[in-house]
This record gives sequence, structure tokens and C-alpha cells, in this order.
Amino acid sequence: MAEKPIQGEKRVFMTGNEVIAWATVAAQADVMYGYPITPQNEIMHYWTRLAPKYGKTFLQTEDELSAGFTTIGGVLAGRKCFTATAGPGNTLMQEPFSMAEMMRIPIVAIIQQRGGPSTATVIYSQQEVTLTTFGGNGEGHRIVYSPSNHQELFDYTIKSFNTAWKYRFPTFLLGDGYQAKMREPLVMYDPEERGIELIKPEVSLGNGMEKGHYNHLRNTFNTEEELYEIIMSMQEEYERIAPEIIEYQEYNCDDDLDVLIIAHGVVSRAAQEAVSKLRDEGYKVGHFRPITLRPFPEQELRATAQRAKKLLFVESAYGQMAKLVKEALFGLQLEAETLYRPGVGITSDEVIEKVKAISQQ
Amino acid sequence: MTIKIALAGEGGQGVQSVAEILAEAANQEGREAIYIPNFGVEQRGGVSIAYVQISDEKIGSPKFKIADIVIALSGRSIPRTAQYVDANTVFVYDAAIEDHLDALPKNAKRILSIPALEVAKNELSPRVFNVIILGAVIAATNVITPDQAKSALEAKLGHKFAQKPELRDLNYRALERGVELVQQAE
Amino acid sequence: MSEEVSVATNSLPPRLPKSYNIESKPHKFCPGCGHGSVLRAIAESIDELGIQDRTVYGCDIGCSLLSWDFFAVDSVQAHHGRTTPVITGIKRANPNVIGIAYMGDGGGYAIGSQHLVNAANRNERITVFLVNNTNYGMTGGQMAPTTLPGQKTETSPYGRDIEQTGQPFLGPEMVAAVTGEGAYVARGTTSNFIQLKKFVKRAIENQVNGKGFSFVEVLAGCPTNWRTDAKDTWGRIENDMANYFKVGELKVPAKEE
Repeated sequence: MAEKPIQGEKRVFMTGNEVIAWATVAAQADVMYGYPITPQNEIMHYWTRLAPKYGKTFLQTEDELSAGFTTIGGVLAGRKCFTATAGPGNTLMQEPFSMAEMMRIPIVAIIQQRGGPSTATVIYSQQEVTLTTFGGNGEGHRIVYSPSNHQELFDYTIKSFNTAWKYRFPTFLLGDGYQAKMREPLVMYDPEERGIELIKPEVSLGNGMEKGHYNHLRNTFNTEEELYEIIMSMQEEYERIAPEIIEYQEYNCDDDLDVLIIAHGVVSRAAQEAVSKLRDEGYKVGHFRPITLRPFPEQELRATAQRAKKLLFVESAYGQMAKLVKEALFGLQLEAETLYRPGVGITSDEVIEKVKAISQQ
Repeated sequence: MTIKIALAGEGGQGVQSVAEILAEAANQEGREAIYIPNFGVEQRGGVSIAYVQISDEKIGSPKFKIADIVIALSGRSIPRTAQYVDANTVFVYDAAIEDHLDALPKNAKRILSIPALEVAKNELSPRVFNVIILGAVIAATNVITPDQAKSALEAKLGHKFAQKPELRDLNYRALERGVELVQQAE
Repeated sequence: MSEEVSVATNSLPPRLPKSYNIESKPHKFCPGCGHGSVLRAIAESIDELGIQDRTVYGCDIGCSLLSWDFFAVDSVQAHHGRTTPVITGIKRANPNVIGIAYMGDGGGYAIGSQHLVNAANRNERITVFLVNNTNYGMTGGQMAPTTLPGQKTETSPYGRDIEQTGQPFLGPEMVAAVTGEGAYVARGTTSNFIQLKKFVKRAIENQVNGKGFSFVEVLAGCPTNWRTDAKDTWGRIENDMANYFKVGELKVPAKEE
């Protein structure tokens, strides 16, 4: 048994991609399958260097379709497997992700958002929210975490494997090119030393005789009614477990608000900083940050949103997060403004300026 | 108070190394620090830019619209970094630059020209040019002390210094010279 | 010779092919990159065959994408590995077009391999140029299908392990095996421009003559990701690569009587 990569706690200063690579090893992932695409490449670079030391495996596949399907294969074989992609690669991976959704295969995928659509930029965006939450030809029975700093990249990578294997829905860590490439400090740790139980994977294919029964897995059905039953029961289970998975954070949302800023991922940092400064100037502003985009913290947001005079949707996309928010808030009488910057970073100054502008009206 | 530093130069001038050392040193001192490089599709060519933020509070966005200080090490870097300059920005550029000088910002708080390249070539060594720049940045911003910078250099290059102790002296001298250049320019 | 030029008076201005897009020069490829030579050979061939008016050029993702505005011809930058089907689609819709698809070893032999195999098998009347520099250059030097045994790349940091990842991909050999009568298949090298130019021109001319699928792989250098100096870069192309990837014509259409 190879030694543990992280012993004790270590404060480090590294790029987001490197953090994720270390976290997957700490989570006892077995195999990474991947294909080069900026800005996730360094996850592969670090994994291939760490792999032989800790008994891990890697294959660079011929493309993202293959990376997604080989990851599925590895998971069916009973190993913790993951892949990482971005942009056009994420688009391609929707085919294998659909299979994972239908068949309840616990894959983990790291998405480092870049500009879109098509090749666009290799740099940054929050434009893969729709794709990652509801891509493919299904109903979005997936779990999506949106981290905002390197400590969370580490924590939620480990959590992604546990969530996937416990609840059996494909699980995504939705990062972005800025988080991937920037350096900031965090504390790395061994999860078991902190009392975090690492869920053990189970074999679906390969030990049938030993088990005494064979698994026959399929994703094709004959009649409409058959499919209906399957989808409805998947939805029921998804709704039942959602409260155990949903995560969100609120900043200065305790009393009535003039403006409630809603943002996720790295943009949440700018929103937090903006709220802090605006509060110092006497503005009654708060920030709601969904951490899970799927399942979305619907009830929690509804409760807070109703205490706000105006909502402000802030994202580096043209309304992709806002769509999820609007669905969650359906039926409520609310006023909303937007700060959409598709493919562009958003600073706290811009958020402050916007809040002040909409507060005048 | 967050200090926002933008360094820009040609690939090979060591812009990213300076930024990394600076951010790591600040992190070592227990301050909040973020460093992110610019990156586009081209492997080579194009201006290399590094964005560093150092603060005592948590830092928001990894990039910024306006810098507190801009360091431009090549002609092309001057127009490329114009967007990060406003009335509160200190703009530093290398005295050896002869092109794109018409693009020097008209709206900056101060413009400083420092002969870092010349000092590197004639006094010390071209290979420590970026350490001179590191000295200049810390003198202009006081984000870390020269001693803290020296221990960051030690952490990064200590193994090389161990093999060739004269490299340590060279690097430390380069750091001090960078500090001096900014103090003299003021 | 009495023109005003902004170069030293003892040098001549460069003679550039007519089908070069001057606006995009100097190009953005790294110093020592092989792409420049291949694109030059293509431009000269377009000029010599007189087809600038009906050529459509397609490039892939990766470093080849830097050639999106290289030529003074209609051009399209497609998705990774999808240049072949895009050019195929154009040619089938308008057979008068001379369709050139340009890609790297990743775009052609990895993600684009199914399209390459099928275009070759259908004997599509298009011309495909594939620049082989044994790595994924633009994304930072990952392993490619043509990475050599033991070669260190960002995703084979301890050297390519043939047991785990197979032998380097022999593309022209595969294409020659599946394609049909009238096809032209060759492998050239940037270390022999005269021969390269001959192969490139034949590959385009084969399409002009309406014969069959035309494919040329070109051995090229990537000093940036190989981290080699000029001498070692050249040595790798001429020796290591040429020892494994045999340079020459693999399939030539029969001459008509």
C-alpha cells in the first residue's frame, strides 16, 4: 500500500490545478482519464508525476468522448475515477455524462470554465453553468459544486468523490480558468486524519461470478412507460437526497435588504468584498452564494430573496446562473437587475458601482 | 488595503518569476497574496503580464481593472498596460526602452524610469535583471522588506546558491540595487 | 529595386508568395517552429497551380490555428479534429473548390482520427496536411499519438511507455492501407524543403486533377516544448523522427495512359 501523499496538515501556496491534483490523490482516487485542453492541463501534468509514487494510473485518451467513457468504464470496474475538461471538451463530454446520468454511474469531473461558445478563449468564464448543470439529453440529475477559493477546491474535490459514491449521481467540480491558474494559500490535509470518511467504491462489473449474480447494465428501454417510471423514480430520489447535499452561504443577509447580490464561484469573492465595503458606507446589501448549483438551494434562496427590495445577478456569463435562480424563485414578485460579463472577470469595484447605481433608482 | 501590482515584459525577461517570488514571500509573511499570469493561445510572443495582489484582508477577484503600480520592461508592454493606469497609479519603466515611449500614460500619478537593464548588463549580470526588478517593486510598494525578499530568494534558489555561493551575493546585490534605483528615481 | 523599403540597404526585401496574406506577417509561430516551412510550401504550390481563386483552407485547433489568416484565400478555423469533415463538407457541396485541411498530430491522429480514417476510406477528393512534431504544442507539450518511445512530455514525464500507451502512430501507412485508387499519400520533412515542396504540390495537384484522397504528413520541430536548441531540434527531426517515421511517397496514383 503506497504511503499517503499528505501527512498532517500543510500550508501551501500553489495554483488551483495543482491543488486539485493533490486533492484527488488525498481522496484516494485511482485513475484519471483525460485529454489536453486549456486551462485544465496542469491537473494531468501533476497527476502523471504523482501517479507512480502513489500507485495511481493515468491514460491520455484520443479525445474527450473517450476520456468520459473510459472514466465510466473505470468506475464500473469499481475504482474511483475522474476526468477534467473545459469548454469544447465539456461539450463533447455531455455524451458520456448522459450515460452516467441515466445509469447512475458515480463519475467525478472537474470543469475549468473558459470562454464560450466554441473555442472562444482559453482563459476564463462562468459560461459552462448550463452545460454542466443541464447538459446532455437528460433532466440534469447531477450534482454540481461551485467553489470559490483554493481551500474549497481542495475540500470539495474530496467531497465530490464522497458525494458521487454515496448518492450515485455524476458529480462535478465547477471551477474556472482563473482559479486554475492563480496561486493562493490553503491548508492541505489528509481527510481521514480529519475524520472525513472516504466512501469506498464498489465493483459493478468484473466480480459477477464471485458475487453469485451477474450485473446486466443497459441504458436503452422499449416503451415510453418504462422510461417514464425510471425518470420519475430518479427524480424522486434526487429530491429526497437534495437536502443532504445542498450547500450555500449568506453574507450580511440577516435583516431586510435593499439589494441582494446573487453570485457563485470566483465571482462570489468580488461580491463578498463589495458587500463588506458597501456595508461600511451604510448600504443595506447582502450576498447569497449558492455552493451547489445542482441541486440548487431553492428554499433557502426564496426565503432570503423575499426580504430584498432588489436582486442583482452577477456572473461572467449572460444569465446562465440567473436562469437557475429564476427557476428557483418562480412565482415570487421580485425586481431584479443584472451585471453580466460573459467571459470577463468581475471586480468588487464593478459590483459596488452597480449596486450604487441601482440603489439610486 | 490591497496593493495591486501589474508587471509586464517580453517572454524571457522573468516577469512571472518576479511575480511568483513576490507573492510567495508575502504569503510566507502571513499576508494574503494572489498571483495570476495572463495567458492566451500563443506559446511564445505577445507581452507577458503578471498580476499580483497583496493584502491583509481576503482578496476578491484575482484580476483587477486598475493597478497601484505598473512595471513595464519592454516597449510593447507600455501600450499593453495602459488600461491598468489611472490618476493613482505609479508607472515604472526601464530606461533602456526606446520604442513606444509616446504611449507612456499621460494620466498616471508618477512615471519613474529606472536603468535596471543597464545595471544588469554593465554592473551585475543580465541573468539577475528580474531580481533587480524585484528590488524595485518592493521599494516602490513596501509590500515586503528586502530581508523578506532575500529569504524568498533563498527558498527558491537556495540549492543553486549552495553550489555557487557567489550567486547568492550576486542576487542579493541585484535586489539592493533595484531598491536603490527606485529610491534614486524618487 | 528603387522602392522604399524599411530594411537595411544591403539586403533585399523578402519575395513572398502571392497567396500570402501580408497583413498577418510576420506570423506568430515560435522561433524554430516547423509550421512556417509547410505553410510556405502550400502557398508556393497554390501560386504555381494558379488556384488561389478557388482554394479554401481549413485549420485545426492547437498551433495550426495560428494559420487561420495566413493565406490570401478563404479560410476557416474549425474545432479540434474536425477540420477534415468541414473541408469534406465544403468540397462535396461545391466540387469546384480546392479544399485543403491542415492540422497537427493531435488533431489528425487523436481526436480527428475517425474523420481521417473515414475521409480516406471514402477517397474524399480533398488534400490533408498533417504537421507531426510529436507533441501537443499549444496546450503546453502533452504527449501525442506520435510521441516517440521514451520521449518526455508533460503527460509522459518519465518518458513514453510503449507497453502502456502503444507505439507511435503511423498515419500515412494507415491512410494508404484504407484509401482507394487515385489517392496520394506521402510523408515529408521540414529538414528537406525541396522534397517537401514536391510532395505538397503533388498532393494539391492530385485534387486539381480530381483523382482521390491526398494526404501528406510532415516531420517538424517544436523547440519550445522539446526544450532543444537549434542543433538538437534539427537532429531530432533528421535522425530520431526519420528513423521511425519513414520519409517518402507511400501511394502514388497510377499514371493515365
